Amino acid sequence: MHVHAFDQYHFKQSQIHNLDPRVKVLFTVGFIISNAILPDGSWLAFALAWLVLLFINDQSGLGLGFTFKRSIVVLPFALVAVSAIFSPFGEPLAEWNLGLIILIPTDLGLIRFISILVRSWLSVQMGILLVATTQFPDLIHAFEHLKVPRILTTVIAFLYRYLFILTDEGFRLMRARDARSAGLPGIKSGGSIQWRARTTGSMVGQLFLRSYERSDRIYQAMISRGFTGHIRTLNPHQMDQMDWIMLGFSLIILILIQIVGWVR
Amino acid sequence: MLFSPPQLHIPDGFLTILVSLIFWVATIIIVGVAILKTNQSLGERQIPLMGVMAAFIFAAQMLNFPVAGGTSGHFLGGTLAAIVLGPWAGILVMTAVVGVQALLFQDGGLLVMGANIFNMGIITAVIGFGLYRIVIHQKKGARLVTAGIGAWIATMTAALITSLQLWLSGTTRLEIVIPAMLGVHALIGIGESLITVAALTFIAQTRPDLVETRKSAVDGGRGWIIAGVLVTLLAVLISPLASGNPDGLERVAEDLGFLATGFSAPFQILPDYSIPFLGETTISTILAGIVGVIVVLGILILMGRNLYKPKEIEVK
Repeated sequence: MHVHAFDQYHFKQSQIHNLDPRVKVLFTVGFIISNAILPDGSWLAFALAWLVLLFINDQSGLGLGFTFKRSIVVLPFALVAVSAIFSPFGEPLAEWNLGLIILIPTDLGLIRFISILVRSWLSVQMGILLVATTQFPDLIHAFEHLKVPRILTTVIAFLYRYLFILTDEGFRLMRARDARSAGLPGIKSGGSIQWRARTTGSMVGQLFLRSYERSDRIYQAMISRGFTGHIRTLNPHQMDQMDWIMLGFSLIILILIQIVGWVR
Repeated sequence: MLFSPPQLHIPDGFLTILVSLIFWVATIIIVGVAILKTNQSLGERQIPLMGVMAAFIFAAQMLNFPVAGGTSGHFLGGTLAAIVLGPWAGILVMTAVVGVQALLFQDGGLLVMGANIFNMGIITAVIGFGLYRIVIHQKKGARLVTAGIGAWIATMTAALITSLQLWLSGTTRLEIVIPAMLGVHALIGIGESLITVAALTFIAQTRPDLVETRKSAVDGGRGWIIAGVLVTLLAVLISPLASGNPDGLERVAEDLGFLATGFSAPFQILPDYSIPFLGETTISTILAGIVGVIVVLGILILMGRNLYKPKEIEVK
């Protein structure tokens, strides 16, 4: 399988792509925290945050609508928040009698529900932007520089490297299962659910053993090449003047968003 | 997508900053201990193994089987990882998996990642391994049955805690989210349980050395039994309380200040349009929450440490 099946990185030349990954990680996390502490219903601040997002979208050469298209992933989870509309606080807007229960949507509940969706939608777009403009290995090094324990970043680096290989392995297993599961159209084939689960479980076990044995081989190979416990990089990752300026600039933007959100 | 739908992966925006922070603190402490323990026991050799195992969990999550009516059974993997790799390594592996799912696929948020790791990595390891640890010296049948039950309870508890987090954040109503989440995950848990048992059976047949009692017994002491049983009991106690008598829990949360921070941030903490971050109620609630979490965890870790007897591992 090709790397791009998973990797969300987009090769482009832009200011945003060239920024130090630390700046991008810090800004993304700051942006998400900023969204989280904005009060419900601060539409002006949300709009400002969205404009910032659009601006970065544009600057990164990905096109204004780039993150919008991919931000649909949060939608299924929105279902969970629907019941916030029927908050016990706030003024009732209506009363729906559904027989078993009476639902009373309130104004505060409605504001809260929409605020949750907006926050989530903005945050997920910034996350998409981060991985679209930063190569994943650079991202891992950024976390390493930001003092995330090395064992964790190294495990993640390995996870990333072998994700593609093991997914291929998984696909091969599934193809083999399909090849052996012939059936005539219209006639029910296959066994009970328990039988199916058993087959899948054996596949998981098989995949586990192949991975386990592969990790042994990898370890031997790495030892023979002088592995000392962490993965090194040729990229120096030094913050230059531009990076510091952008970091300061993004801090000012976030503070501005907060001020707009809280002062009215 | 290639992997299971994000039922337990909370996106950013759905938890308040207070709830996110509390679970970040808890997760950082537990993952920190897990890092120390794994460093002690296996060191650098463990790193490629855990990395490849994390990739395995990722790949295994896309293996599914048709159940009925277009739905399919999926595999989440926390319990299997904890049983085969040992609980500490299992926690690290799941941490890496949840982290990459959030970073690379936006499957779960960044600010709420602490909560997601807690639910899917730590809870599954504590319950899945804790219960398995009870029967670790028993016959194969007993071990497999316990692993299956553990996988189901772990999935249910993860769903329960996810619901509680959402509710504490004022994102959802308890009487709606608990039956919905637990109902869905009762089914998902059965799939998880069946696959875990079948995978363990397969591994025990092909490579019995990997699931032999010795390895796991070294990685996790008896403290895991206590932690596993306690968390299970707590979950069993809370779920009927939460679904049958939500008012009671709601009252407790209100007294502790959670619901207020969830719902009324803009409307009540800001009476004089002052700077909100210094609001006495918020700060004190955050501090109280963090202190409480640290105290409880400290007690748990001390209990675990006293019961934990380190032994040497012979590396093959």
